[in-house]
Amino acid sequence: MSRASWKRLLATVFPGTAWLLLFTLLPTLLILYASFLQRDPHGWLSGPLTLANYARFLGLGPDGFDPLYLRILGRSFLLGAVTTFFVVLLGYPFAFFIARSRHKNLLLLLVVLPFWTNFLIRVYAWIVIFQRKGVLNALLDNLGLQPLHLYPSWTAVYVGAVYTYLPFLILPLYASVEKIDWTLLEAAYDLGAGRVRGFWHAVFPQTLPGLVAGVLLVFIPALGTFVISDLLGGGKAILIGNVIQQQFGGSRDWAFGSAATFVLMAIVLGGLWLYARRAGERGMEELV
Amino acid sequence: MSRRLLSLHGLAVLLFLYLPIAVIVVLSFNSSKYGVAWHGFTLDWYVRLLSHSRLHGYVANSLIVAFSSTAIATVVGTLLALGLSRYRFGGRGAVLFLLYVPVVIPDVVMGVSLLLLFAWAQNYLRGLHLGLGTVIIAHATFQIAYVTLVVKSRLAGLDPSLEEAAADLGATSWRRFWAVTFPLVWPGIAAAALLAFTLSLDDFVITFFTAGPGATTLPIYIYSSVKRGVTPEIHAVSTLMIAVTTLALIGVQRISRRR
Repeated sequence: MSRASWKRLLATVFPGTAWLLLFTLLPTLLILYASFLQRDPHGWLSGPLTLANYARFLGLGPDGFDPLYLRILGRSFLLGAVTTFFVVLLGYPFAFFIARSRHKNLLLLLVVLPFWTNFLIRVYAWIVIFQRKGVLNALLDNLGLQPLHLYPSWTAVYVGAVYTYLPFLILPLYASVEKIDWTLLEAAYDLGAGRVRGFWHAVFPQTLPGLVAGVLLVFIPALGTFVISDLLGGGKAILIGNVIQQQFGGSRDWAFGSAATFVLMAIVLGGLWLYARRAGERGMEELV
Repeated sequence: MSRRLLSLHGLAVLLFLYLPIAVIVVLSFNSSKYGVAWHGFTLDWYVRLLSHSRLHGYVANSLIVAFSSTAIATVVGTLLALGLSRYRFGGRGAVLFLLYVPVVIPDVVMGVSLLLLFAWAQNYLRGLHLGLGTVIIAHATFQIAYVTLVVKSRLAGLDPSLEEAAADLGATSWRRFWAVTFPLVWPGIAAAALLAFTLSLDDFVITFFTAGPGATTLPIYIYSSVKRGVTPEIHAVSTLMIAVTTLALIGVQRISRRR
């Protein structure tokens, strides 16, 4: 490379890279380091290095095995998985509905709008619907039915999560559906495939890039949420995100909070790394 | 799936997406302070917002953060996108991976990581305190990732022969950028900046961890109000935010259609 292009490379790439190193890589390393420290009497961190935070996370306390935090992590995975399942159930056919419609642009706008609407407002709407004297119970009362006690509850948390993350799947999925080569389906029919086999072998594989990207974009934030469970679960629905928030907030045990954060971070970045290796640069672009 | 079933499913999904938003918008015009029964149309809740001076301060904070962080992110992100799409260099893959971290990592992880960084810096550099400044840095961090990736995909669709032609005609790289590249990609840059701006205005989780006591933004205020209970004032603030979002979105659509 010539000297001039070295200069240009530096001028364009350096500020952004320095920013990322300072505010993305360095904080990650600090979390890792802090997860091996201990809480000091002032609520700050101090040495010597210890594995106690991870032992506590795994439930290996002095009083025997108590998998409290592993159970919470499991609950977060369950929320992520169930949310993703329902989002795919609602969103997968919807992407085809948009692609086949005459009003594509309008429908896309209608999906993007809730996606851009403040996420607290979207969660808040479900409190208004589910609360004791809310919209749902007013409706049930009009129909002469018994009221439901859905707020606060796990049901409300699940509905809120599906609602919040649905657009995250539809948008990347639609990008794949739009590009489908339908002649492959015709070829499958010509070869004697039925509707189900034709879809499964000729259409579904073409939607996979968008589907996988969408599933990641739903599963990961659902796994790490603390706001949805905090607001719709009324303080009783505890997920890994709530544990982290409490340790860095009220409980002020930043060392243990860092260990919990690093566990979540390792799971997500590990998944991202595997995805990056399989999908390449083009596949990564599906995530934005 | 038959076509009719597909349409039925589509309408059901649209209803699911819009019913909650509609509930809030309608209730913001309801004169009843408690409950959801309709007691007549009113603009009272909006009028009350006009005299809620602390709320105006929160809106101002949100705007200060959004404008400053978007300005930083648009410049830094556009430069990075140019560099990443022009040059192949050692470590390029690592920079790309690092760019996706703020996009995919759960907000709470990014929030507490930055809080830890700022607290650490505060211990060693006196004078750094949690406040609007730290929120601006935090927002710019995730915005840079989005701006870079959006502009980079725009640059990928650019015909390289145009720039080569300009180079053959003797244009310097600086002139080449302003005379050829920028006019072609500016809709992408503008769309990326608007996206970054809305992401900043909307952000709650990362702000929650990186803002000090004096740096309350609008979403922080909404969160603490919602924790205290449902009120018509929150309906009104939310409806205004939905209106602003809708306008911004239509703006983005207009800009991106030019090309």
